[in-house]
Amino acid sequence: MGTAEVEAVWRIESARIVAALTRFTGDFGLAEDAAQEAVAEALVSWPLAPPANPAGWLMATARRRAIDTLRRRTALHDRYALLAADPAVGEEIDPDKIDDDVLALMFISCHPVLSPEARVALTLRVVGGLSSEEIARAFLVPVPTIQARITRAKKTIAAAGVPFELPAAGERRERLGGVLSVIYVIFTEGSTATSGDRLLRPDVAYEAIRLARTLAALQPAEPEVHGLLALCELTAARFPARTAPDGSPILLEDQDRRRWDFSAIRRGLAALAVASTRGLGPYGLQAAIAAAHASAPSVEETDWDRIVLLYEALGRVAPSPVVELNRAVAVAMASGPAQALAIVDELIASDRLPGSHLVPTVRGELLARLGRRPEARAELELAARLCANQRERSVLLRKAAALD
Amino acid sequence: MSKYLLIMRGTDESNAAMMADIDEAIATTRQFIEEMLKAGVLLAAEGLDDPGKGVVVDFSGEAPVVTDGPYGETKELFGGFFMLDVASKEEAVEWAKRVPTPRGAKIEVRRVPGSDEVPQVAE
Repeated sequence: MGTAEVEAVWRIESARIVAALTRFTGDFGLAEDAAQEAVAEALVSWPLAPPANPAGWLMATARRRAIDTLRRRTALHDRYALLAADPAVGEEIDPDKIDDDVLALMFISCHPVLSPEARVALTLRVVGGLSSEEIARAFLVPVPTIQARITRAKKTIAAAGVPFELPAAGERRERLGGVLSVIYVIFTEGSTATSGDRLLRPDVAYEAIRLARTLAALQPAEPEVHGLLALCELTAARFPARTAPDGSPILLEDQDRRRWDFSAIRRGLAALAVASTRGLGPYGLQAAIAAAHASAPSVEETDWDRIVLLYEALGRVAPSPVVELNRAVAVAMASGPAQALAIVDELIASDRLPGSHLVPTVRGELLARLGRRPEARAELELAARLCANQRERSVLLRKAAALD
Repeated sequence: MSKYLLIMRGTDESNAAMMADIDEAIATTRQFIEEMLKAGVLLAAEGLDDPGKGVVVDFSGEAPVVTDGPYGETKELFGGFFMLDVASKEEAVEWAKRVPTPRGAKIEVRRVPGSDEVPQVAE
């Protein structure tokens, strides 16, 4: 057995092992350390002597390491605590409780006491089973940065005395929203890379979809979980058509829709149907917008009126300048560029998206459609200066040059 | 990441063993499906009916010829599948090892190329 085999087993077992050990020791940081030690041991010993039951081996080894640590601690502090902890050692995972424990693990990894970056790193590591190296690669940051984030996050959780349990009914919905937003941040990093020379990183988006599927299986009665899953599936469905062979972006209007992933669209629509049963929330509304695109044979035949309505609804339940800007784009398609320009100019007047390349990008497009070419060109050039993604920047410059 | 199809290939012996305690087989398969759903990797799963109830459409001649199943010489028959969305081939194999299946059966693990890997047809 090689490294890839160890990693494969770890991917499947990580959440369950860390969850069970946290339940067993009451100490999330200790559980995570013990689990990581077990993986490190597996990487050394499995190639020489592959275990008959790799999953069981990992759990047993992690548990032993956790007990070792508890023993060392109790030697220093309180030997009675060890006596209290020992009887649980022989217990197997309780299948009825493990689902709740994995869910509790998601809640603790996405806890509001943590910085947003730490939530992402911790969720990918303990729930997703990714290594620090894989997380660093996903977010284009150095490995030590990720390791430091995770170490600090574990200390913060201990210092804040965050309990390992499902949030109380009163705060459950809000905390679930926190988990969803972490998954969404991971997905966004994959679907619109904020930096670097690649537009899409489907492997990063995949991690988010996988987490969303897990959450949907564990919280099947929460519409927004299905809404987020639908949004991710429907957005990812367009990935194969979104970049040219040379890596440059292809805009929605120019995409070869036959290259969309139709099984992903079907899964997305199914998840959206589940999300719709009790009225759509912010993720469900975004998924419904993605579904309107996914079901349309072309840009012209897209139901833009419906998309405008959905953006209006989204702007009410989750107001944001980006939603306004997207609404402007939809209005331009449904009713023409002049009305859309008014929305964009209002956004600029209220300075709600300062420094974003998106505002001048859209404004430039609208001006071009209105035949105001010199102004359009200036806006697109401004957008190119503000844009951090090299692929997008070159498209903007090409468009600006075409307006000469 | 990639999609993989785990193809169940049963023999007469393994199919008989499964049918001997079909309730148990259904229960363990259900549990396995639950596990894959909670791991976020399962896209689809189906089991096939008795091969004796199937037919073969044979294209060896000029016109397709339909004959009743089962399928002559074949020792291992396609009996069902799991479609997975996993991080690596090794993960697909690890899931395949966990499929509750009687002795004698085989599981073939095949990658499903993404639509972006299919060569574009020149127009």
